[in-house]
Amino acid sequence: MGLTFKDETFRGDFTFFNSPAAIRRFPFPFPEDSYMYSVNMEPHVPGRPGSVFEKTFDVDEHYVAEMRERARVLAEDPLRCQSLPHMTLAGWDLLELIMQAKAREYPDWFSLHRDGDRWHWINRPLEIEQRFTFLDETTLPCGPMEYITRQTQGDFSLQDQRNDNLWMDAGMVTTQADWSLDFDIGMNFFEWHAPVPLAHEKQIFTRALKFLMNVQHGVPARRFNWTMTIDPLLDTSPENYPKWGPSRATLTPENVGRRMHLRVELQTFFRLPRSNALAFPIRCYLIRFEELATQPKWARRLHRVIRDLPDELAAYKGFLRNKPIMVDYLAQFDDGTPTSPGWWAED
Amino acid sequence: MSGGGARIAVRVAEVTEVNALIRRIRFVRPDGGPMPAFSGGAHTVVEMDDHGTRRRNPYSLMGDPADTTGYSIAVRRDDAGRGGSLFLHRHVVPGMDMVISHPVNLFALDLRAKKHLMIAGGIGITPFLAQIAQLAALGGRFELHYATRNPALCAYGDELAARYGGRVHLYHDDAGQMIDLPALLAGQPLGTHLYVCGPKGMIRWVRSSAESAGWPRAAVHHEEFLAPPPGKVFDVTLAASGKTITVGTHQSLLEAIEAAGVDAPYLCRGGACGQCETDVLGCDGTIRHNDHWLTEAQKASGQKIMPCVSRFEGRSLVLDR
Amino acid sequence: MAGPDAFGEGIWAKKKPGAQTGAAGMTKTVFPPSIPSRPTYGVLAPRPGPAHLMIADGDGAGAVLDLVGAGDAGMAAGSHLIYLPGPDGTDRTAELAALGLARFHRAPSFAAALPRLRKVLGDAHMGVQIYLAGSEGLIGQAQREVMEAGLPHDAVQTEHRGTTVRRVQCVHCKGITENVATDPFTCGHCGLALFVRDHYSRRIAAFQGVNIDAEDPGLVPPPVEKFR
Ligand code: HEM
Ligand code: FES
Repeated sequence: MGLTFKDETFRGDFTFFNSPAAIRRFPFPFPEDSYMYSVNMEPHVPGRPGSVFEKTFDVDEHYVAEMRERARVLAEDPLRCQSLPHMTLAGWDLLELIMQAKAREYPDWFSLHRDGDRWHWINRPLEIEQRFTFLDETTLPCGPMEYITRQTQGDFSLQDQRNDNLWMDAGMVTTQADWSLDFDIGMNFFEWHAPVPLAHEKQIFTRALKFLMNVQHGVPARRFNWTMTIDPLLDTSPENYPKWGPSRATLTPENVGRRMHLRVELQTFFRLPRSNALAFPIRCYLIRFEELATQPKWARRLHRVIRDLPDELAAYKGFLRNKPIMVDYLAQFDDGTPTSPGWWAED
Repeated sequence: MSGGGARIAVRVAEVTEVNALIRRIRFVRPDGGPMPAFSGGAHTVVEMDDHGTRRRNPYSLMGDPADTTGYSIAVRRDDAGRGGSLFLHRHVVPGMDMVISHPVNLFALDLRAKKHLMIAGGIGITPFLAQIAQLAALGGRFELHYATRNPALCAYGDELAARYGGRVHLYHDDAGQMIDLPALLAGQPLGTHLYVCGPKGMIRWVRSSAESAGWPRAAVHHEEFLAPPPGKVFDVTLAASGKTITVGTHQSLLEAIEAAGVDAPYLCRGGACGQCETDVLGCDGTIRHNDHWLTEAQKASGQKIMPCVSRFEGRSLVLDR
Repeated sequence: MAGPDAFGEGIWAKKKPGAQTGAAGMTKTVFPPSIPSRPTYGVLAPRPGPAHLMIADGDGAGAVLDLVGAGDAGMAAGSHLIYLPGPDGTDRTAELAALGLARFHRAPSFAAALPRLRKVLGDAHMGVQIYLAGSEGLIGQAQREVMEAGLPHDAVQTEHRGTTVRRVQCVHCKGITENVATDPFTCGHCGLALFVRDHYSRRIAAFQGVNIDAEDPGLVPPPVEKFR
């Protein structure tokens, strides 16, 4: 495969950027010129070749650097990865799902050989080779969920399904949009969503939960969420808010194009077979405004979306104070011409 | 997304008469490949072409969930039923190709439980067979109380007793043996979860006994599939697809919708999962709600119907389907 | 004013559970509407069960008195009450001791009560009824122990009485500050100025505290006494 993994940082000197190819395949999340919360779910089926939907778990040019960043975050704060005792089986389910998908879809990089419950896993980009016994924790260096999510981009939470609800009882969360796994672990669907404005009143979570409880094995689903982040900082955790919060006061009309990033989460939902748990991978993609502005349709649309976004949402997403600077910057790309429906830049 | 989601093409590998009423059917993939793993308590929906009538019935998976070489179900012959079990008893032979759904679990173990107390009646043993295999592999603590009419109908009783010894308790009605439920419920350590699967009367007895013994609702689990009850013939208008169809006496509304070529969602086909919930656009008559899903208020409002088990009597019914 | 007649005689026996008892701090607290993770509390009512375990602090004593008053004659004989003084010092031990419950234990603090509580839960059987009353900190911490012991969290009855001070976890340093009365407040562990959210974790038994001047260091509004 003609992809080289970039050596880049998501902290300090922030050397992260997107190659032109990565910009073209960026998952722009707005199919129309305005945005409001909705139950925006669709089947997670393979999408256009080259797009982030092509594979079950997208591996891109940032893979190796993101995994290095995850290891750093975990070294600083091990509470970012937790699994309540009854979730170990779900962790094995997730490990199997990811290993099988990656070995099947990226055979040049990953391989999995199974001889009964004796498994042999090779991850070439990260130079990992592991022989272990499936369902035997003692044969892995750490729990199964932690093991595989240290090798997979995006955050993960695992939901136990019981008593007509989903319970977030395990997770690996180091690239989150300002929420704490350590605080939320053990909560149910309505509780961990409690801080979200407007959506409860619109019955969005009641309907979304019904949908999720019926997600079947073999029929995964997906949706988008998005927010804004200053600098390509993956770890916008509440834990570290005193460290990254001050950056919000440093945005200027001069630096907004370079420093402001649209942060898109491609969220997928998989029913896990052995545990009946629901896996929730949250894959984070960052793109700086300057990069996004190279795609005229996206720049026009983003201007309209941000300009017209209700203040409650901008406040919840943490960019209300910088909204005027962002809208002014984006306005230069919006000549008022209509945009075509759908999120593809070229359509 | 089509109706019941992902399906698996399978071949019947084995048919075994377990006793006078029960027959076990084992499915494998025609190419010998692995089946998806599943969780104890899961069921699959078996599709049948019963001489032109399409039937889809749910059956609990009874094998070891970790065994991906095939799935087994146990089918109790129901001579008075609508025909699904009779079809499986009379017409299914090894080598036959069939289609089943991916596993769905509406009767999962609560893996946090400090102990699992299981109560089975008759064919209700099947989900427990899978759950016990799973718990045995994970080192979980369980205890089974299994009641049947007599030893001849006590499917898998001897095997279970031989393998799990004192954790398995068998009761035979004909010998006057009864589960001493009050004593059983009184002695359980904190953190025990109670599971019951069997005839309706047994489920009601166990649930109400647990409630009066102070057990919390969230620690009591039951599995009850309703067979779609027969009823009078009625007509339904499907507004979205512009069709008017007739639902026969021994046909469910969902089956009639499917027979008309209209794709409708479902998972359990037994009134339990909520997946088939459909909006009622017009109703001049009485909806016979037979499901466990809608609240009493929703049933009373007449704005929703669960076509997998519910029926209608009256002049006209219009659905958003 | 004394609590309701502990032995269920007179007017108290006929009163609906949760009816106003008239004295401030002794009735069920009304909290403003909030987000779905914020705990809500009910009114303790006797439920059938072979045993009754009650854990209360401070003004929670009133809820226990009402509960036993509403229960049948046999309730006291199957009851075990663990009581501690409230965060504001309220101590109604004498009234509770007079209830004549099968077992009554006064502990000086929750930490001191914990070994006993764990032993009692370890010995308990399914069917035991659990009642928690008093401050949010007490209810939350006791509920956490009950969950650890294996009961579903919603199997426990809770009633809030008296002080509304909060137990708050600093999301940054993870330290928990007890009896928080103002918003914002200073984290007792790391010293950051924190605002108090309604977002609540049953597992931690605490509300969440978040740095209020993270974006503009030094800009801390004056503390307001929100929880008394
Ligand atoms: C198991 C699946 C899911 C998990 C684990 C999950 C988790 C979360 C978490 C932790 C947050 C942050 C809440 C906070 O501020 O503390 C969040 C936000 C949100 N979630 Fe979910 N979620 C799930 C599924 C869904 C679904 C299916 C929907 C569909 C409507 C949804 C809609 C939202 C929305 C609208 C927000 C606010 C996001 C924003 O404006 O930035 N979630 N979710
Ligand atoms: S299909 Fe499950 S309720 Fe109808």
